[in-house]
Amino acid sequence: MLRYLASRIFQGFLVLFALYTITFFLVKAMPGDPFTGEKNIPEDVKRNMREQSGLNDPLFVQYLNYPKEVLLEGSFNYSIKKKRPVVEIIVQAFPASLALGVSALIFSVMLAIPIGVLSALRKNSWIDYSGMAVAMVGICVPSFVIGPLLQIGIATRVPMLKIAGWDSPVDIVLPAITLGLATAAYLARLTRGGMLEILSQDYIRTARAKGLSTGRIMIVHALRGGLIPSVAFIGPAFATLISGSFIVESIFQVPGMGQHFVNAIIDRDEFLVLGLALFYGLLVVVMNLVADLLVGFLNPRVRIAELDA
Amino acid sequence: MSRVKLNHITEDDLIEGTSLGRDAWLRLRKNRIAMISLWLLAVIVTLCFVAAWFCKDPNTINLTNKFAPPSADHWLGTDQLGRDLFSRILYGGQISMLVGFVATAVTLLIGISYGAVSGYAGGRPDALMMRIVDTLYAIPFLVLVIILKVVIAGLVADLAGWTVENLGWNKEFVFRFANIIPLFVAIGALGWLTLARITRAQVLSIKNQEFVEAARSLGLSNRRILFRHVVPNTVGTAIVYATLTIPSFILYEASLSYLGMGVEAPNSSWGILIKEGANFLETQPSLLIIPGLVFSVTLFSLNFLGDGLRDALDPKASKD
Repeated sequence: MLRYLASRIFQGFLVLFALYTITFFLVKAMPGDPFTGEKNIPEDVKRNMREQSGLNDPLFVQYLNYPKEVLLEGSFNYSIKKKRPVVEIIVQAFPASLALGVSALIFSVMLAIPIGVLSALRKNSWIDYSGMAVAMVGICVPSFVIGPLLQIGIATRVPMLKIAGWDSPVDIVLPAITLGLATAAYLARLTRGGMLEILSQDYIRTARAKGLSTGRIMIVHALRGGLIPSVAFIGPAFATLISGSFIVESIFQVPGMGQHFVNAIIDRDEFLVLGLALFYGLLVVVMNLVADLLVGFLNPRVRIAELDA
Repeated sequence: MSRVKLNHITEDDLIEGTSLGRDAWLRLRKNRIAMISLWLLAVIVTLCFVAAWFCKDPNTINLTNKFAPPSADHWLGTDQLGRDLFSRILYGGQISMLVGFVATAVTLLIGISYGAVSGYAGGRPDALMMRIVDTLYAIPFLVLVIILKVVIAGLVADLAGWTVENLGWNKEFVFRFANIIPLFVAIGALGWLTLARITRAQVLSIKNQEFVEAARSLGLSNRRILFRHVVPNTVGTAIVYATLTIPSFILYEASLSYLGMGVEAPNSSWGILIKEGANFLETQPSLLIIPGLVFSVTLFSLNFLGDGLRDALDPKASKD
């Protein structure tokens, strides 16, 4: 187990380093630099500012410097445009994105698992068809259509809810629904598929033959196996919910990380782009690992196969 | 004796053999949702790529006729600048679908070649190549697409400027294209991972079959065996998977355009129409709802058709 964990963590580092390498050279390949847009700064001042930020060093030196600073000093450098440490910006913006991601995930799990289980139980009934049709809607109607529709349809009618903003805890409801709907749709389909496969297994028939109630069979016997595909999906999905919330954040004016990322790219704010990309990558790596551990916990066969590998 | 008998067989007695493609088509025809999707798509594609040529210019501004309701002149009304919404939707659809189709073609090209080489080579090269895919998998897609798009846009803009200056190409035309190419490439260049895995798995199961051995004993080169004999047998599965990636790429394009990192004026796409429509939600909700509806119906049909195709071509594949 420990060896498995260690090798996964090592792999995670490799992934992050690859991500760093790709992002670094792509950022360097972007036309212009952080000071190109500043029309009011004289050319020689710009030159000094580049010098100070280390942007004049040879490319390879810059490429090695950043990880050195990250690993040895724990410093993710400064945002050149905002003149604040990258870490500070992330720490300030992350809670909003995290809260949004977590509530979207909770919403989609609470919506999708019951729909998926019911659809599988009543396969090819109207419950199944309508459940899966709703899921298709969740996949096909993008968040930037659903969001505005919720704003006009619900936020203008319900006094407690605002069209946009991030002041009271209630403000999280609409963005979380908008963000979670697509995840809920995939999750419902996966849960249905997983449950259908489990329900055709011999041990479920045995449980039925023993005269157990459907509820008991579902909760005690079927869910554990049937939820495996969903759990495997939730890990990466959670990371996507946090890193993919650019659009929902901009619709509902949530002060999260999405705005920073898009602006940082427009501004060519190199260190902020690198920091955010690495942070997103870290999220994905960690969530994948957590999901795999959970799947191993639910399904001993996977666990053994991985330990052997 | 038997020969005499044969002569008596009429055409009615023959059972017609069914080819793989015909078999699949028959199965697909029985799938009602897939057929409805196919027709819907045919209508949308025809409207966007054929009917659009006979429509009004989508960029003609008429400030005296803003937010007009539907009329005989403007079938779906006009937008905040008095432009005809109907033709804007059709022209926007051209770009959205082009991105979906071309980016998918790019992923097919990269994914199939990569997966095929990896699977056929086997051993160390295979392990290394698949590790690279695993690594890329763990990288947040949208983040990289945005950065890559900006990089390619810079290169393409330089190239476009060069063609206008030195080759005398039509400036407006060149820059319209220069604006959408980065999207094809950025999405396509990062979307091929799953396809590579699928193709690799296929190649692994094919490469030890007799016909490959036969080809080898004829002394064909590895490259010829791989691309003439092995790869053609994997293309079917890959294309079925690719139909399912088209809607997701269209969605990516719309998301990027929505964030202001996608298509730029005078080009427009469904994502841009939706983004603009959202600004006038309270005064004129149809500017959001109509493009949103067309967009969603298209994604809907592509998804159902893709599912249907997969079931039709590969009846054994699990229907989730």
